[in-house]
Amino acid sequence: MKIQVNGKKVEYENELTVKELLKEEDVDMPEMVSVELNGEILAKDKFDSQLIKDGDQVEFLYFMGGGSNDGLH
Amino acid sequence: MDFTEEQLERYSRHIILQEVGVEGQQKLLESSVLIIGAGGLGTPAAQFLAAAGVGKIGLVDADQVELSNLQRQVLHHTPDVGRLKVESAKNKINSMNPDVEVKTYRDYLYSGNIKEVIREYDFIIDGTDNFPAKFLINDAAVMEDKPFSHAGIIKFTGQTMTVVPSEDTPCYRCVFIDPPPPGAVPSCKEAGVLGVLAGVVGALQATEAIKYLLDKGDLLTGNLLNYDALSMDFRKIEVKKNPDCGVCGEDPEITELIDYEQGACEL
Repeated sequence: MKIQVNGKKVEYENELTVKELLKEEDVDMPEMVSVELNGEILAKDKFDSQLIKDGDQVEFLYFMGGGSNDGLH
Repeated sequence: MDFTEEQLERYSRHIILQEVGVEGQQKLLESSVLIIGAGGLGTPAAQFLAAAGVGKIGLVDADQVELSNLQRQVLHHTPDVGRLKVESAKNKINSMNPDVEVKTYRDYLYSGNIKEVIREYDFIIDGTDNFPAKFLINDAAVMEDKPFSHAGIIKFTGQTMTVVPSEDTPCYRCVFIDPPPPGAVPSCKEAGVLGVLAGVVGALQATEAIKYLLDKGDLLTGNLLNYDALSMDFRKIEVKKNPDCGVCGEDPEITELIDYEQGACEL
């Protein structure tokens, strides 16, 4: 099947879950990623069960801090 | 308000722009922006907003300048090491542009004081480095109907998004749902960050603030802009309002601000 991950075309032989895709795409820390599937944000408890299918568009949106440590403690 | 000769000259490159003009410059001089975090993102934003003549700038930061900050926090200079960041930044802004009133808050923001602070300003810039602060700012801004710019940076990549609650645009929580578990957050000291990346992203945040204040152009709402400095790719990812969002969704369960545990991440 052909899918798009972060705007790039990739091919996989079989359907796979979001959790498996994160692993295949070398995402080290899945807890630091929000996943958008075909434009909708996916609840984290669906990473294990949600299947990625032919034609799907997936975006990995990373948690990014940065800036200054000031806001609170 | 009448412009002085000096102001006409100072802001001449703005005034000549059709989208700004005398009227727009006057708007900027009558506007206020709160910058939370006078560090990597907040200082470049502060510099450009001050130069642009934003009439009132609030700076929130309880930290002191450290030597390791100077690689990216260009408003702070070597003799400032050990000074409060807000004092160092205020000092430079005053010398850069006397038209700007600077209000400093050497405080940490939390559920008990943030609403009162942001209420005073037209636009908020989130220049913080940690997720409890980012979620707090988002939720408070949604509850108080305050527009703000989110941004984050790590290593060679940055992201930014603008949220305008009064126009019902997607919020930070729509996209990121909840803070990551504190144990999962990598040490930013270990991760590192390219100094100039902070400048680029902070300047993008200032651009959004100015556009909002002028009511010109298209804001980065409903889009997360991702910037990869290594490949020099700027990519906008469309994001939608999340109907299940805890703070701005159809049935929000968050009605009181939350003070999350700090995930250590000193940038």
